[in-house]
Amino acid sequence: MGEIFDLLALGLLHAFEPLNFAMIIAGCMAGLFIGAMPGLGSVNGVAILLPVTFLVPPTAAIIFLAALYYGAMYGGAISSITLGIPGASTAVATVFDGRPMAQKGEANQALMAAAVASFIGGTISIVLFTLFAPPLADVALKFGSQEEFALMILAFATFIGLGGDDIPKTIFSILLGLVLAAVGFDIISGKPRLIFFDMVEFQRGIGFLVLAIGIYGIGEMLWTLEQTGGKVKLDFVKTTWKEFRQHLRVIKKYLPTTSLGSGLGFFVGTLPAAGATPASLMAYGLAKTFSKDPETFGKGNIAGVAAPEAANNAASTGSMLPMITLGIPGSPTTAILLGGMIIWGLRPGPLLFQNNPDFVWSLIGSMYVANFVTVALNLALIPIFVRVLAMPFTILTPIIFILCFVGVFATTDRMFDVWLMLALGAGGYLLRKLNYPVAPAVLAIVLGPLAERSMRQSLISSQGDLTTFINPAEHPIALGCILIAIVLMLYPIWLNIHRKRAARSGGESHWQG
Amino acid sequence: MSTRTAELLAAIGLLVFSLGMMWSIHADGLQIGWVPGRGPGSGVWPFWLSLGMALTSVWTVVRWFRKTTSESRNETPYIDPDHLPLVAVSFIGLTVMVVLVSFVGTYISIALFLGFYMRVIGKHSWGLTTATVIGMVLMVYFLFEWQLSKYLPKGLPIFEDGFLWIDNFRWTYLM
Repeated sequence: MGEIFDLLALGLLHAFEPLNFAMIIAGCMAGLFIGAMPGLGSVNGVAILLPVTFLVPPTAAIIFLAALYYGAMYGGAISSITLGIPGASTAVATVFDGRPMAQKGEANQALMAAAVASFIGGTISIVLFTLFAPPLADVALKFGSQEEFALMILAFATFIGLGGDDIPKTIFSILLGLVLAAVGFDIISGKPRLIFFDMVEFQRGIGFLVLAIGIYGIGEMLWTLEQTGGKVKLDFVKTTWKEFRQHLRVIKKYLPTTSLGSGLGFFVGTLPAAGATPASLMAYGLAKTFSKDPETFGKGNIAGVAAPEAANNAASTGSMLPMITLGIPGSPTTAILLGGMIIWGLRPGPLLFQNNPDFVWSLIGSMYVANFVTVALNLALIPIFVRVLAMPFTILTPIIFILCFVGVFATTDRMFDVWLMLALGAGGYLLRKLNYPVAPAVLAIVLGPLAERSMRQSLISSQGDLTTFINPAEHPIALGCILIAIVLMLYPIWLNIHRKRAARSGGESHWQG
Repeated sequence: MSTRTAELLAAIGLLVFSLGMMWSIHADGLQIGWVPGRGPGSGVWPFWLSLGMALTSVWTVVRWFRKTTSESRNETPYIDPDHLPLVAVSFIGLTVMVVLVSFVGTYISIALFLGFYMRVIGKHSWGLTTATVIGMVLMVYFLFEWQLSKYLPKGLPIFEDGFLWIDNFRWTYLM
């Protein structure tokens, strides 16, 4: 236990180094802005800015992106409350009560509640992260390829079970990502596979970043252009220090709800693939269920803002836990972070704790600092952010497009990948309109090579025995993961039988973190 | 085109795509079963997963006929006709920009695209447009070429020579 404190202290020290601290501030500001802009969420920010982070060493890069992830959770609430448009899918639940509060003239109160709740969510989850990470990494050291494969099955099952989307289309999306990951040369046999139209360029495979930026950069902008026609409408907000203190007192009442949201958020975040989006929605539902006056939810109840905001911040930290310790992303954003780490030459997983403790603990230390920095920036800069939201889409859109183009080219040095990005972006947008979820495909393309390798290694070592994955004597953890996966996959069928579910519209379940 | 039609076309298209991949694996002669003494063949992963994709696409087509998904019942236009021009122009503009890069280079293409978008679609003032274009070009140059040392495409030799002059200047006097 004492050792953890030592490592954490070291991490905090690293977090205050000039470059790293500058990264925290830059990341928080970028995240706040990106989260606040309607249509852009943490996943878009991380995808589009990943190429830019090659400027700095990997530790600084991940600190920047993690701070961005954080900032986006705070920022999402700004747009939800003042515009009624979720800043990102992670802030959808905040609209339910945040917008009515703004319409009643209580926008300040709502924004304050969101900021404080986010801070509490972040703090609780970082402490939980610090406590759970080392033991989990120890357990993961004992993982073999069967356990790895079973965990990935669990990750995909979470999308199917908790995604809330059309099941066959979700399955299609996952399989598509896994297959696209196989384009190129087979690592084990060295043979070329799926070289579309015999184009030599496909031999290098389809990079996950090309897909990620295509979908979350190009596709997202096309989607938002279509949804909003490039126009957004603003309710202006002013803050004063006196009001700030008043609001703080009111928020103290909601501490239990906020803590509940934080805990729930953290654990949902740690589930592979499920991130801040389902966490915030669940927290809202739970807060309403346990409330003394549930009928006020949807009309401007502060708990309806505090709970999901605490949950989404907690979930963003929680989703980094499986990524760092197991090498399985806990959310779409961490899937991209994982891809980034692979590009930087780091292999997330239990060995990372052993081989690169500086990296891991600097990241953890930076999360504590980022939490404080973001809440301070958020509260201080709300008036500015609200003005910035008025930035016309007709300026933002071409800038994002240009950044996507240059970012992809800078990463791969091939125009071919730029064209691929355009094609995948357009394709992703068109399929998303038909309720095909795209987040599972991005997750799948990141995990695809690892999943295939685990599967083949498992089968080779078991001499073709498929039951190796569910053998209770040899691989109990794998069996456990597969059982949970089956339960998760059956969950929607159970829901369908017990409740009449109205068909969900496409936009809600587009996960941006 | 209604959403309903798009749903069917997409499902059929994806089905054909999946079958195409299965055929490609077969045509390449990759093993889709267990290779004795070696393990799963290289075709196992892509083939059986593509089969899964094909089956889910078939399932979606079946559901289209039975009208179980909300998309299959949706007769409203696939893309919002009010906003379709904006979406189309944005995407086509982006494509044109990428094409131009091979001819006039990255920076001129970026400037043209951004200028076009802000002036023609956004109807912003010349002042704002010029400022943003210059700012963007400088930012991209500074960030990607200078700091990240990436060589962005400069187009045909006539244009490339111009940029080489800028690079020479930078290397000689600024670094």
